[in-house]
Amino acid sequence: MTTPEHSASAKIDVRYVAHLARMHLSDDEVARLQPQLEQIVGYVRQLNELDVAGLEPTAHAIPAQNVFRADEIRPGLDHAVAMANAPQAREGQFIVPKIIE
Amino acid sequence: MNYEANIGLEVHVQLKTKSKIFCGCPTIFGAPPNTHVCPVCLGYPGAMPAMNAAAVRLTVLSGLMLGCRINPYSKMDRKNYYYPDMPKNYQISQYDQPLCLGGGLEITRPDGSKKMIRLTRIHIEEDVGKNMHFASSSGIDFNRAGTPLMEIVTEPDMANADEALAFLEGLKEILRYGGISACNLEEGNLRCDVNSSVRPAGQAALGTKTELKNMNTFKGVHGALLHELARQIAEVQQGRRIRQETRRWDDAAGITLAMRSKEEAHDYRYFPEPDLLPIVLSQAQIDDWAKTLPELPEQRRARMIRDYGIPEYDAGVLAADRAVADYFEATAKHGKSAKAASNWIMTTVLAKLAGQHLTIGEVQITPAQLAGLINLVEAKTINMPTAKEVFELMFAQGGDAAEIVKARGLAQVSDAGAIEKLVDDAIAANPKVVADFKGGKEASLKFLVGQVMKLSQGKANPGLVNDLLRRKLA
Repeated sequence: MTTPEHSASAKIDVRYVAHLARMHLSDDEVARLQPQLEQIVGYVRQLNELDVAGLEPTAHAIPAQNVFRADEIRPGLDHAVAMANAPQAREGQFIVPKIIE
Repeated sequence: MNYEANIGLEVHVQLKTKSKIFCGCPTIFGAPPNTHVCPVCLGYPGAMPAMNAAAVRLTVLSGLMLGCRINPYSKMDRKNYYYPDMPKNYQISQYDQPLCLGGGLEITRPDGSKKMIRLTRIHIEEDVGKNMHFASSSGIDFNRAGTPLMEIVTEPDMANADEALAFLEGLKEILRYGGISACNLEEGNLRCDVNSSVRPAGQAALGTKTELKNMNTFKGVHGALLHELARQIAEVQQGRRIRQETRRWDDAAGITLAMRSKEEAHDYRYFPEPDLLPIVLSQAQIDDWAKTLPELPEQRRARMIRDYGIPEYDAGVLAADRAVADYFEATAKHGKSAKAASNWIMTTVLAKLAGQHLTIGEVQITPAQLAGLINLVEAKTINMPTAKEVFELMFAQGGDAAEIVKARGLAQVSDAGAIEKLVDDAIAANPKVVADFKGGKEASLKFLVGQVMKLSQGKANPGLVNDLLRRKLA
């Protein structure tokens, strides 16, 4: 499925990707995930072999566009329902660890 | 050495829609926290956004008013980052295919000269929630999350704080005219990030820029820039490098402070938003919308001077607000004198509104009613002091000027016989003042006119009183 060539060109920084996802990984996990992620990215990278020089890039696979909603108010969630899953609440707000700018 | 500055703005404008950009929650300001929320704006997994057509239309209209090219193909993208006020951990925005490209806004500098400030682009995106800080935690209110915003990005074309201020004021005027945004600064309808840098005069490359985030008053932007540009010049003069960083304006202290430096560049990993389809605009659609555009402030000023013969100053005051300009034109059309209408609106109506913190839309007096009042003055049915009195009554409870004047018997007394009687009474009651006047003291006549006006309960025609007194005392 994956050739060594693909793996070699798919070197990724697992710690950086984990940081972007706000995940804390142990050294063992980094060592285990490194080849797995490279294999996945290497597999997708096979697409680079296709000649797409004459093709327009597209953001969507389906030929649809302009799906709009009229500017109308619709009922949302009751406050109590919205707050039901909040681990902590105060004065109607979701409480989170103090934000430091 | 002389330095020049380059300032670019990223202005976030809240679009005037009833509902949020991707869901049907209302955009009304000031509701109790987390009462205008739903699965979409709370970022529940699986909840699907649906684009508000009005947000697209208002942004395209803005682009047309600002001379932008409207992108025939535009799409939404995800901007990924973590912040507690953004529940999905990504903001839906536009990256490489914004709705509007290019364009510009001509500003008037304090010395009256004009300068074109170029725009880079305008895109739409969703607002985030609002956070408040407690002693050991922070609270999040998601009512604002999902409010439709338009981000207007300028080229670094402004050279000083005054030009940045002129740009913001000009932009606000146009957006209010177009009905794009209420531009209510107190409610956070218009917020901006300010990028600025300095370089030795004549140097081609721009200097290193700093960014002032989330400024929400024009005065704040002006004050912050005055300080920030002076700080940057002082740094460079002392041989230090400007660090590329985000700074915060401390309004109370009057200084900017470093927030975070960009040693860790943001990696937003933009990618096309899979839940929203591209926006494809035909020229026919754009032309249709363009037909609904109002006259822009600059054109309107010129036309009002031409059509109503009012001075440039008056046109500037009246046209600054579209609703005020509409009110003036409606009044002028009903009335006999456009200049009188202008005077009444500029001095009396606007002053009264400012005093009571009201807008022109909340005035009880219709333009036709105001014109009726003005016409009574022009026809000399009532004098000016009486007119002001009638205005107060109309302002408080509405109503027709002629009816109020009739019901209260306020019509000016121009009957020479009736006034003559009062003039005689005033002369008889004030022999000393009469003697003074006859002895050459001109000012004494004013006193006598005042006495007659008082006897007439303010209703006498002052011109007639004056004439009669002079005749009798000659």
